[in-house]
Amino acid sequence: MSDHKTMTLTLIVWRQKSANDPGKFETYTAKNITEHHSFLEMLDCVNEDLIHADKDPIVFDHDCREGICGMCSQIINGAAHGGQERTTVCQLHMRKFKDGDTIYIEPWRARAFPIIRDLIVDRSALDKIIQSGGYTSCHTGGVADGNAILIPKAVADEAMDAAQCIGCGACVAGCPNGAAMLFTGAKVSQLALLPQGKGEASMRVKNMTKTMTECGFGNCTNHYECMAACPKGINVKFIARMNREFLKAQFA
Amino acid sequence: MQFTSSSIGRKILMAITGQAMVLFAVVHLLGNSSIFGWLNGGINAYAEHLHSMPLPIIMGFRLVLLAIVCVHIWFGIQLTIENRGGRPQEYAVKSTQKATFASENMIWTGSLLALFLVYHLAHFTFQVINPETAALSNLVPLHDMMVPNVMGMVVAGFKNFFVSFIYAGAMVALFLHLSHGIQSFFQTMGWSCDKSQPVIIKVGTLVALGLFLGYVTIPLTIFAGILKG
Ligand code: HEM
Ligand code: SF4
Ligand code: FES
Repeated sequence: MSDHKTMTLTLIVWRQKSANDPGKFETYTAKNITEHHSFLEMLDCVNEDLIHADKDPIVFDHDCREGICGMCSQIINGAAHGGQERTTVCQLHMRKFKDGDTIYIEPWRARAFPIIRDLIVDRSALDKIIQSGGYTSCHTGGVADGNAILIPKAVADEAMDAAQCIGCGACVAGCPNGAAMLFTGAKVSQLALLPQGKGEASMRVKNMTKTMTECGFGNCTNHYECMAACPKGINVKFIARMNREFLKAQFA
Repeated sequence: MQFTSSSIGRKILMAITGQAMVLFAVVHLLGNSSIFGWLNGGINAYAEHLHSMPLPIIMGFRLVLLAIVCVHIWFGIQLTIENRGGRPQEYAVKSTQKATFASENMIWTGSLLALFLVYHLAHFTFQVINPETAALSNLVPLHDMMVPNVMGMVVAGFKNFFVSFIYAGAMVALFLHLSHGIQSFFQTMGWSCDKSQPVIIKVGTLVALGLFLGYVTIPLTIFAGILKG
């Protein structure tokens, strides 16, 4: 350990007891942090200190800690997941910061994502969008049947690019309008591209975008902040594809 | 869900009406450039050509334009109000990555354009701002007839610093509005992908710049005394 230089950081963290609590920023000191700590491990250290001091730890969402589940969700210095390209908070490391830095940590802020506590927000609105059409109800058979349907590689690749979405909601948090167009666009495209999903494509895009509005998400104004915020590099071409699907659905 | 109450449907209506106005702006500029003399008889001949069309065509065209402007303004205001509440509380640190000054201020550059539209119509269409130079009451000979002196009215108007300034300012707003709006149209219609989008953004900004330069040249050359009546 002795050859490890450690950092001391000032954290300014949003604390909010419940959805109805107004909430406020609190300042904490993170001590003995090495460059190998992930951002969440750094918060674990701070929380240990808080617990030892008989204070409430900072509550935050996380699960896999390997960048695939989409649970971790923090705005770090104004940027979703800390702003490093294609990186979730759990994959962000403290080597990106230096000793003495001040770091602002806030929850996702969007009308459709009410705060539950501290850095945890309720993202079930994204589930509602999925429930309203993010599936296919036709019988797709077993594994062998899947392989029997010929899909050109370019199309399969495109669908896989859309399917990379982990549903974290960073696109919503990064959007000044709190819109969920990148998430919904990725889900609509992923299914619309494949033969199994084509049958219900027009019903799907109509229902999912309707639910999007009902859940309180804003409208797209093509700022493209979502694409910059997305840890999976989902491209706004999938929003264009959804717009195309929506237009097509009007005549279907 | 009704097209006109859906999120994407309203965006599409904004995009189509916006792009229709861009087409109008391009044609309008081409017509106005007759002031530089490439048309025999200059802008007076061009204006006479427009006004000699059958009245139903002229009024029909005006009504369609009015409807386009109204739809654009209506949904522009409605969507902006909805979007303002989309993020109830701003972040303590503002770190914008892709949004631009133009994209963040569409409602303001649009509102300036709406104000300008009213002024511009009062000035050159209804001719109530400077009645003494109104083209309709100052006829001049063209070929073998007497026509309204549009050239005289425009030159008299732009000799005034404030008038020229208002027009130039409005064209800055137009440039900002369209530097975001043109590429936004293609994205909203779904006519873009990851390969074409960077090109569309560049070309859209260039078209916006072209319209800006084309339009400001008229008040600028008149105010500087290069283009004379
Ligand atoms: C008359 C007053 C105007 C107002 C209040 C207004 C307002 C707006 C607003 C709020 C948007 C949406 C911004 C966005 O979604 O990014 C917009 C988009 C647009 N505007 Fe305007 N605007 C006006 C005039 C014009 C004019 C004169 C033109 C063209 C010469 C124009 C062309 C466009 C285009 C092409 C778009 C992009 C459509 C899209 O969202 O995809 N607008 N305008
Ligand atoms: S599109 Fe990207 S930012 Fe949005 S939910 Fe999916 S992975 Fe997260
Ligand atoms: S904790 Fe699973 S993606 Fe970060």
